[in-house]
Amino acid sequence: MIRVRQLIKSFGWPRIIIALFLLSLFIIAPMVGVKVSSSLSDTIARFGMNGIMVLAMVPMVHSGCGLNFGLPLGIIAGLLGGTLSIQFGFLGGSSFIMAVLLTTPFAVLFGFGYGKLLNKVKGGEMMIATYVGFSSVAFMCMMWLLLPYTSPTMVWGYTGSGLRTTISTEGFYLHVLNDFLKVQIGENFSFPTGMMLFFALMAFIVWAFLHTKTGTAMTAVGSNPVFARASGINIDRTRTLSVIMSTWLGAIGILVYQQSFGFIQLYMGPFYMALPAVSAILIGGASVNKATITNVVVGTFLFQGILTMTPSVMNSLIHTDMSEVIRIVVSNGMILYALTRKSEATR
Amino acid sequence: MKQPGAPLLEMRNISKDFFGNQVLADVNFTLSSGEILGLVGENGAGKTTLMKILFGMDIIHQTGGYGGEIFLHGKAVRYQSSFEALADGIGMVHQEFSLLPDFSAAENILLNREPKKSSPVSEVFGDRMDTIDRKSMQQKARTAIKKLGVELDPAMLVGQMPVGHKQFTEIAREISKDHIKLLVLDEPTAVLTEREADILLSAMRKLAEEGIAIIFISHRLQEVIDVCDTVLVMRDGRIIKDVPAAGLTIPQIARWMVGREVGEHPGRRAFNPEAQPVILSMKNLWVDMPGETVRDVTLDVHQGEILGVGGLAGQGKLGIPNGAMGLFPAGGTITFKGNAIPLNQPRRFLDAGMAFVSEDRRGVGLLLDESLDWNISFTAMQVQERFLKKYLKGAIKWRDEKQIQAIAKKYIDALEIRCTSFRQKAKELSGGNQQKVCLAKAFAVEPGLLFVSEPTRGIDIGAKGLVLQALRDYNSKSGTTIVMVSSELEELRAICDRIAIVADGRISGILPSDAESADFGLLMVGKQPDGSTEGGQG
Repeated sequence: MIRVRQLIKSFGWPRIIIALFLLSLFIIAPMVGVKVSSSLSDTIARFGMNGIMVLAMVPMVHSGCGLNFGLPLGIIAGLLGGTLSIQFGFLGGSSFIMAVLLTTPFAVLFGFGYGKLLNKVKGGEMMIATYVGFSSVAFMCMMWLLLPYTSPTMVWGYTGSGLRTTISTEGFYLHVLNDFLKVQIGENFSFPTGMMLFFALMAFIVWAFLHTKTGTAMTAVGSNPVFARASGINIDRTRTLSVIMSTWLGAIGILVYQQSFGFIQLYMGPFYMALPAVSAILIGGASVNKATITNVVVGTFLFQGILTMTPSVMNSLIHTDMSEVIRIVVSNGMILYALTRKSEATR
Repeated sequence: MKQPGAPLLEMRNISKDFFGNQVLADVNFTLSSGEILGLVGENGAGKTTLMKILFGMDIIHQTGGYGGEIFLHGKAVRYQSSFEALADGIGMVHQEFSLLPDFSAAENILLNREPKKSSPVSEVFGDRMDTIDRKSMQQKARTAIKKLGVELDPAMLVGQMPVGHKQFTEIAREISKDHIKLLVLDEPTAVLTEREADILLSAMRKLAEEGIAIIFISHRLQEVIDVCDTVLVMRDGRIIKDVPAAGLTIPQIARWMVGREVGEHPGRRAFNPEAQPVILSMKNLWVDMPGETVRDVTLDVHQGEILGVGGLAGQGKLGIPNGAMGLFPAGGTITFKGNAIPLNQPRRFLDAGMAFVSEDRRGVGLLLDESLDWNISFTAMQVQERFLKKYLKGAIKWRDEKQIQAIAKKYIDALEIRCTSFRQKAKELSGGNQQKVCLAKAFAVEPGLLFVSEPTRGIDIGAKGLVLQALRDYNSKSGTTIVMVSSELEELRAICDRIAIVADGRISGILPSDAESADFGLLMVGKQPDGSTEGGQG
């Protein structure tokens, strides 16, 4: 009994309640005519799509830079990599690999500048990060039009210049990860093995990094910067490194998202991407200065699960198409809940 | 100046402990109207706590109240809050200013007691709508300032004043209260220039003539002798002397303050540090550490010794290790084992093989939210790359949990750190055990020289002994040179070979730890033991 209680305590009541709610949705689903198999398949797919962007929160949280509200900046690096890969004419699997490679220098560069900025505003990182994200999106809205892209799959048809708002990844890297070793069970359930493996690989890299000397220093900087300084750590450099990592993960995250989703969304696309990722990790039990890989996995699964299930079940229950309304209510409700918990680990 | 009749204030058998740590015991004294009482003692002697009890401050109630009785005009009082003390005519001027910087002197002096004018609006809506009578406010402020005998513009904003004027504004606020009977001044002259201090002292005499009793807390013994009628010397929470000030000398008071006569230190060992080579040499070190400014320190530390650094609070003794380590901006030269150590770079200090145990345990010394094994191994891991497994020719430096746990266990056993396991978080430990973790962290880097700052601050007597013993053992076992900074002269004398006393940001003298206690007391107030320096004796 005591062990059970400890287990519950370590998992945290908020997560248990959300998990029970999610479970109840899965139980109700077949009664109102929603197929559990396809719902589960959707949930898993969305988990894989969003997981790496949630993972992008972890390095910055560890170094004490708070939650990465500047995720759009990383996403923009990813968009640049993806569009450049298409522009250069890479197709299929190689286009994804090239997208990752082309993204990396942008992510490192953006992350470096972003990190330098955050070092100047210690204590107010999250507020500044939010506006870094917003303003970079606004800036890129102009750049997408002005950059000299020429690939006919991407530019506006009537002018021949400027990128379209939505670009299909079909023929390029659509489902390259999803379809790798895909397991299809029945008509409605498929398990995107490749995408999950890729997420696992990224999670492992972050986990392993946090077990190295530099990773340990990063955690210490977040836990007590003065202590770290008194142990000879260069705080600013460690923080900048963490921001670069977070930005890079955000960039890779959006590429994985695109290959599953099927479209590259430019212009205002990245604008609202930070909040769901922030909420997911908070629901997973992280706080502003403590986050683990488990938080990422649990949080992303619960957040995306509820987001997938609630609209479809509710729709079927009340027989009107309100899925979009319900989705907005649920996702913002969860964001609101998660943000009220941001000051301390929800234990 | 002493007036006959019932004493204004009488304290009987006052005692106070903070969670079993006795800080005041059996304090008795009386104070008459118009009397100036000098209260002197080392840091931690209990002066401030005594005044907090008198003033009914919250901290006293929150920690379990106090024992004994206080009589005001022969009537027993027990203040539950500072407001009650204020209402009874007790005023206090704190060491830290409690002034509003954007308000003028007059506004600060009469804050919340502003003279008011009623208007038709306030007739209808009640006295909250009264307007402030600026003219009479200026007038009242001017009267209070005049009483002090200083020149101070009531319209001047406090934020733009020199510190001395701020101090006068605080005092003026207290004496502007009509029924003020007793004024407590906690180190009012510490921030004043000599001339300003003189003005303040004469103002105090004037106030006393008007029948206001004053309790004057100061480290400047000459002022105490000059201005006070009676001197009360406190030490370790007890009143050691209660004597008329007339005829006292600074060495006398200094000896009472520091206490304990020579020869009661079994800890003193036969070791001649001066015969050993110099391991660390500081030249013209200055450190800009707020509240502990080091101005010009030149100090040689010899191989294998335990050097104590003492002095009163705020004189700069804490700045020395903090500056050497590079945690605060510093200048000058530091040479360790013949190599110059660049300042302001903690990493270089650590690389050279020195370590520092900070006086700010929770702020600097510990990762409160992390486990003990991390706390103990972290510095050694980061600076010396120990407790790491290396893969790919050192490209990947993996944390070696086994070694980390082994070293944590070793020091938990060696220093008897009370904890459930090495996985416990540092914040869950008691102060004494946290201090031991800090020591373990420093020991783990196996330093050639160890700076220890206030190792026993805020921990109880039992743990104090253990911490000091651990330092002593470490020194004799591994031959590590230790520089120990402490406000408690007694503990320095217990384990150090030599003690350097810091006054006003400079080393005022270095004495062997079994030197005359009065000599230490004199050095602390910036006087040379032979009495040859300026100022002279009272």
